[in-house]
Amino acid sequence: MKANRFFDWLMSREGIYYVLLAFLLVVIFPLALDAFRLNMIGKYLTYAFAALGLVLCWGRSGILSLGQGIFFGLGGYCMAMFLKLEASSPENTAIQSTPGIPDFMDWNQLTALPWFWEPFHSFSFTLIAVVAVPALLALIIAVAMFKRRVGGVYFAIITQAIAAILTILIIGQQGFTGGVNGITDLRTLMGWDIRTDEAKTLLYFVCVGMLFLCLIIGAWVMRSKLGRILLAMRDQEDRVRFSGYDVASFKIFVFCLAAMFAGIGGAMFTLQVGFMSPSFVGIVPSIEMVILCAVGGRNSLLGAIYGALIVNAAKTFFSESFPELWLYGLGVLFIAVVLAFPDGLAGLYRRYVMPLESKLPALLRRNGGNAPTLPVEETK
Amino acid sequence: MFADYTMTELTSIFAMQGFAGLSLFSIFVLMALGLAIIFGQMGVINMAHGEFMILGAYTTYLTAQVFESLMPGLYGGYFFVAMFLAFVVTFALGALVEWLMIRHLYHRPLDTLLATWGLSLILQQTYRSVFGAREVGVSLPDWMMGSIAVTDLVEIPINGIFVMVLALLIAFAVYLLMYRSGWGRKVRAVVQNRPMAEAVGIDSGRVDRVTFALGCGIAGVAGSAFTMIGSTGPTSGQLYIVDTFLVVVFGGAQSLLGTIASAFTISQAQSTMEFFLSGSMAKVLTLLVVVGILMLRPQGLFAMKVRR
Amino acid sequence: MSPSNNDFILAVEGLTVSFDGFKAVNDLSLYLEPKEIRVIIGPNGAGKTTVLDLICGKTRATEGSIKFRGKELTRMSEHNIVRSGVGRKFQNPSIYEDLTVFENLEVSYPAGRSVIGALAFKRDAEVIEAVEEVAKTIFLSDMLHQEAALLSHGQKQWLEIGMLLIQKPDLLMLDEPVAGMSVAERKKTAELLRVITENHTVLVIEHDMQFVGDIADRVTVMHQGQVLSEGSIDHVKQDPKVIEVYLGH
Repeated sequence: MKANRFFDWLMSREGIYYVLLAFLLVVIFPLALDAFRLNMIGKYLTYAFAALGLVLCWGRSGILSLGQGIFFGLGGYCMAMFLKLEASSPENTAIQSTPGIPDFMDWNQLTALPWFWEPFHSFSFTLIAVVAVPALLALIIAVAMFKRRVGGVYFAIITQAIAAILTILIIGQQGFTGGVNGITDLRTLMGWDIRTDEAKTLLYFVCVGMLFLCLIIGAWVMRSKLGRILLAMRDQEDRVRFSGYDVASFKIFVFCLAAMFAGIGGAMFTLQVGFMSPSFVGIVPSIEMVILCAVGGRNSLLGAIYGALIVNAAKTFFSESFPELWLYGLGVLFIAVVLAFPDGLAGLYRRYVMPLESKLPALLRRNGGNAPTLPVEETK
Repeated sequence: MFADYTMTELTSIFAMQGFAGLSLFSIFVLMALGLAIIFGQMGVINMAHGEFMILGAYTTYLTAQVFESLMPGLYGGYFFVAMFLAFVVTFALGALVEWLMIRHLYHRPLDTLLATWGLSLILQQTYRSVFGAREVGVSLPDWMMGSIAVTDLVEIPINGIFVMVLALLIAFAVYLLMYRSGWGRKVRAVVQNRPMAEAVGIDSGRVDRVTFALGCGIAGVAGSAFTMIGSTGPTSGQLYIVDTFLVVVFGGAQSLLGTIASAFTISQAQSTMEFFLSGSMAKVLTLLVVVGILMLRPQGLFAMKVRR
Repeated sequence: MSPSNNDFILAVEGLTVSFDGFKAVNDLSLYLEPKEIRVIIGPNGAGKTTVLDLICGKTRATEGSIKFRGKELTRMSEHNIVRSGVGRKFQNPSIYEDLTVFENLEVSYPAGRSVIGALAFKRDAEVIEAVEEVAKTIFLSDMLHQEAALLSHGQKQWLEIGMLLIQKPDLLMLDEPVAGMSVAERKKTAELLRVITENHTVLVIEHDMQFVGDIADRVTVMHQGQVLSEGSIDHVKQDPKVIEVYLGH
């Protein structure tokens, strides 16, 4: 029974979109690109994690977070701490005044590992921390804000302030965190060298796998009653409250989920790129994550992924060839997305390309699924 | 920490830090006033507010250059011309931005946030292209240089006093405008009940435009004042934007008096702490306390009781 | 509280709310018997909507007590008041415009109200049956898969009533349910209310005196935050205080 329904869905319009994306990421890119470029795509995809979270909490629930960098960074730093400890074995750091601790700590005249670094010797702890630490901070922020009915613009500004605070804190405490340079020179993951081409390729596939996991979780949430309630809350919060729902708990849930997604993204970033620094934590990267989501289509999970790929690719291209144009372009993009196409590429696709699809063979037209489709439910 | 200093020394330290705090206070007040009008009265978020300030600063810089090369004798008075020009230029740009962009977004505050962020990026890049990436400075006219020695240990810089007096004058002017003038009444009418206001013949579109432009104009003047205290670069606006929003929100966005009180509290807290902790920790601590208080009391510390 | 309060399904006593000194509701007392239809009438600004706001928790009372089936409501959060069995319909139809009629009702179905519950919620036969049944009561059976935004004003009001019904509340509070409706729609709504009151207690705010006459068991007249007069519709219509303040000569 279950398998049949799954196959039905796979052959439906929505399912085809997922299959296409999987095909693109798992088959086309790896075949067409060399390890270096594939690694770059992998890097772009790590931002997609944050964008997915934003589709859930901003697009669906109306909670704009200008601080997803916080959670991306926390996840990334957790992974970086583990990798750094491994790279700072007593043999590798024999020339330091205090061997066995990371180089930047040595430079800052620390003589022992700070207590909060100790647990990161363990990989399992690190894996848990990558999701748990962002979720915990998100929980604190969300409970404090949503229980007091703070939302909208105030909430956005406070998340922005917290992003700024965390950045300043990380930079200021360079003995503990590596300061403005971040945690660099990461080498091996449990003995396996992550800097080789083979490693980068493998990590790319791991990243894609994790991304699809988050994608599926996100889609499941959006299609559930919870997803409908989030939508209802976005437009008529009072009505939802007066239908017996504790609105705050739903907002807390979706905000923490988005934080966890971002944390995973950060960890994947650290693994693929080989370092983590405060420049991915603060106000600017956080708002860039929002633009990725907005360009892709803030109500579309798949759109967010494409948005992340396209905007980052554009950024790389422009920053190399026409650096001045990039900031102009980004600024214009913000304005254009808000004024001209608020539903992003997904919206444009729905309006211009989808009508053309009916010209394709009937295979694509069979709609799977039993439930009536939400008008806003997003596929692409 | 405190034990290292004698009582007199401590008092002097507090006094000097207090005064440094007052300088910061004046900047906060000037920036926050403009934002308080736009956000507090109109509910519009302007993430480009810092860039408007910088525009005022650059205008001042240009004016200084012009005076220096063409009318060196009159340099002493250039500042007043500069301030006026800064106001006019930023006012004009504000009106243009409102007309092009903001007026379509009044019902979508989150989207206004994003759109004005885009604007700030564009402005930053424009400044970089036109003025270069390096910071530019303005030389103070003679009468503003130096300090007044109040006691043996306490010296107060004149430019700081000037900026503070300026801030207070402008705050007073804004208060008069908002609460004692016909215009202010129109703005408050439009904010509280737009359809009714329009029904009695108020051109709400124009009121919106002028109010937004006014907020930007005040930012321009703030930028002018800013040049007295520091140098200006394309990204300087970013330094203060988060602080300014927090000041406005902390003070209770609806209340001008609250904004001033909040600016005072935050600036004093930060500068006093700066002496005893490192600069960054002082900032972190101040921001944390503000955010913490906002989490406990979202309407701001100084908000007046509002009908639920 | 006096022992007789246990017979009343809703006992409001000494209820006061003050906004910066202005007392919108001033020492108000009101007692509802089970399965009663009570209509509150009164001039604008009398505080009628505020009373509903206070009962359902939208506004916090300054003084007084609201006991629903013996439970004190004044300190409870809104969603817990709803879960205790109080349903409130707002003056402007507040339905979920982006969802279909079916989904509007389904979201209001009293299961899966916690985060986990909502994630695990299955649209099983029981739910579908409940939705279809309520849809029939509110005359929207053939609009089930229509987007709610496309309903007429009257239909939206019925949908909102349906969203309350599906929660199976013991007390239904309706704020001007027939405002903006045509005569035909009003008739249907009166019919609907008569069906509802067989199993529910209903508190209604209304202005249409004909409609009030059709449905009310008892009428409470409010003026300036207090009860001016109370009794059957005829009693109230003839009360000279009411005539002076509200009904006119």
